[in-house]
Amino acid sequence: MTRPARYRDMVAGGIVTLAVTAGAAWLSAKPEWQSLEPGMALVRISFTHGGDRSGSCRPLTAEELATLPRNMQRKEICDTHYPPVTVELDVDGQTVLARELPPSGFNGTGPSRLYQRIELPAGSHDFVARLRDNPQTAGFDYENRAQADLVPGQSYVIEFKPAQGGFTFR
Amino acid sequence: MLRRLFNRGFDRVERLLDGAFGPAWNPLAHLGSLGWLLFWVVAGTGLYLFIFFDTGVHAAYESVQWLSEDHWYHAGVARSFHRYASDLMVLVMLIHILREWAMDRLRGRRWFSWVTGVPVLWFVYISGITGYWLVWDTLAQYVATVSTELLDALPFFSEPIARNFLSPETLNSRFFTLMVFLHIAIPLMLLLMMWIHIQRITDARTNPPRGLGIMTLLALLAVALVMPAVSQGPADLATVPQRVGVDWFILSLYPVIESVPPGVIWTGALVITFLMIGLPWLPPRREAPAAVVTLDHCNGCARCVADCPYAAITLVARSDGAPFTHEVVVNEDRCVSCGICMGSCPSSTPFRRSEELTTGIDLPSRPLSQLRLEVIEAARSLTGEGRVLTLACQHGSAGAEGPGRVVLPCVAMAPPSLIDYIISRGLADGVAIAGCSERECFNRYGQEWTEQRFARQRDPYLRERVPRERLLLLWHGTSEARRTLREIASFGARLAAMPAYGKVRPITETRAPDRAGAPEAGT
Repeated sequence: MTRPARYRDMVAGGIVTLAVTAGAAWLSAKPEWQSLEPGMALVRISFTHGGDRSGSCRPLTAEELATLPRNMQRKEICDTHYPPVTVELDVDGQTVLARELPPSGFNGTGPSRLYQRIELPAGSHDFVARLRDNPQTAGFDYENRAQADLVPGQSYVIEFKPAQGGFTFR
Repeated sequence: MLRRLFNRGFDRVERLLDGAFGPAWNPLAHLGSLGWLLFWVVAGTGLYLFIFFDTGVHAAYESVQWLSEDHWYHAGVARSFHRYASDLMVLVMLIHILREWAMDRLRGRRWFSWVTGVPVLWFVYISGITGYWLVWDTLAQYVATVSTELLDALPFFSEPIARNFLSPETLNSRFFTLMVFLHIAIPLMLLLMMWIHIQRITDARTNPPRGLGIMTLLALLAVALVMPAVSQGPADLATVPQRVGVDWFILSLYPVIESVPPGVIWTGALVITFLMIGLPWLPPRREAPAAVVTLDHCNGCARCVADCPYAAITLVARSDGAPFTHEVVVNEDRCVSCGICMGSCPSSTPFRRSEELTTGIDLPSRPLSQLRLEVIEAARSLTGEGRVLTLACQHGSAGAEGPGRVVLPCVAMAPPSLIDYIISRGLADGVAIAGCSERECFNRYGQEWTEQRFARQRDPYLRERVPRERLLLLWHGTSEARRTLREIASFGARLAAMPAYGKVRPITETRAPDRAGAPEAGT
């Protein structure tokens, strides 16, 4: 028969339990983790943007229009797939990001998306962001510049908002 | 090899803890029930904290600060209980997993509890992660950013979720409402999985021994008062958390997530999950066939139903027209062939006169008739005075084959009448039952049932005529083989000093059972 607990078990067991619980409490916040090195700032460039599909549009023929109900008749039809978006980011004259972003979704019918972290030393930096969303364009459709004095631990965000003229820096 | 090493390592550590807690309260023998206790502590304190918690970008942090500082004596203590009990739950769960693996209690028909434990592991982690998010301090900001960046690596989201945490303007208070919902829904799913996890065991222990439970709660209270859980400064999305105090139980993977590409993390998580699910079949255990019922010898007394530790035997209406109301049925998918049912059957007596020694419920791979022959065979190697025949558990200190020893899947497989048979037939001067460790039986109830049967408290009883001083019960772990041999030798010396047992009726050669289980002398 398992021997019943004794007074000594309560004391010794209590001390062990207390030590384990205190150890768990200490490990719940220590030792600390250095997520971002001292003296560094974090730049994040992120956006969701669909490529320009206007190049794929064509007018509907009279036969096609005839097959559609009146409330669904429209002048032109466009491809449901988005073209890819090309993006580049230069920091202090160096290209740190150059990617062609495919449309999202299993069928490529969603907009392109980007979320990219770039760690930079604190200090003054020049940023140039470029984006091409129309496959017909030879260069880039958008190009914006900014200069920023980053302090350690700062979060600097670059987003793309076409309604505001392209990239925004804050 | 590695498993055996861990098994012995656990046994040594548990012996140390036996010294501190006593075998009855040894926490390593109650990891599952401790996990349940900690879950209820976390759930109860969580509900209490929810009363004071506000969902909102600024309100979340302020409400947590208010309950931690202004109302530290109730809500602050509850918060510390909530956090530290969660941490202990992770610790208990990880040791529980490692220990069950080391003891090989996952393969064969015990796969169900192992496999259903795998989602429990993930639900515990996800519950903890969503909880840290709610505080909305710098740690929460770190957790939110790293978590969403990891999630964004999956091709499911049309817009990166991490964009919610780009700047103070991008975060919406509704996000906290969603997180609160998740922090309640996921623990509910966890509870469901924990319930499923224990379905294939009888009388699953979901409460630790009262003393151990009280100790745990008192330790939590002491630590909550001396080292209260605190926040790490309000989150500020205009900055990036540079140095954070990580909870190394719940968030220990976060530094790894930061350092390794997300694809590697997701692949690793999938591989580990499938590997864990597949472990019971790597390699599969060749398990003995399930116990079988012989209705001619079964009166539906249900003792095997009560004794089966795996809920593998059920009582059903009689089907053969015999004048009994019930019979028993074995669920082959649950039976681990431990033999406890055979030891519990009143018809399992080696004295029986019959064409073949048949019992109501028997193991096809090792029936009672064979066990009787093994005992007779083992007794032949015993010579001199103080002969001890050992019936050993294969999971205990005497699990290796040896002279004068019969190794069983569980010592409770030996019916008390077998002890009577060994002594009354003069096969040995005494019997040593060498089970597994005192703190915990490999087959859950083998130790308890054996002790109760021999103490004449549980059917089938050890008959009064069996001299109790000729029976030795040893409950030693795998690392105590020498101690077991020492105690058996000492028991043999005591037997040698006793007057010879006077009621011996030896098996005559003409009556000795042969391999076919031929008739044996009656009592």
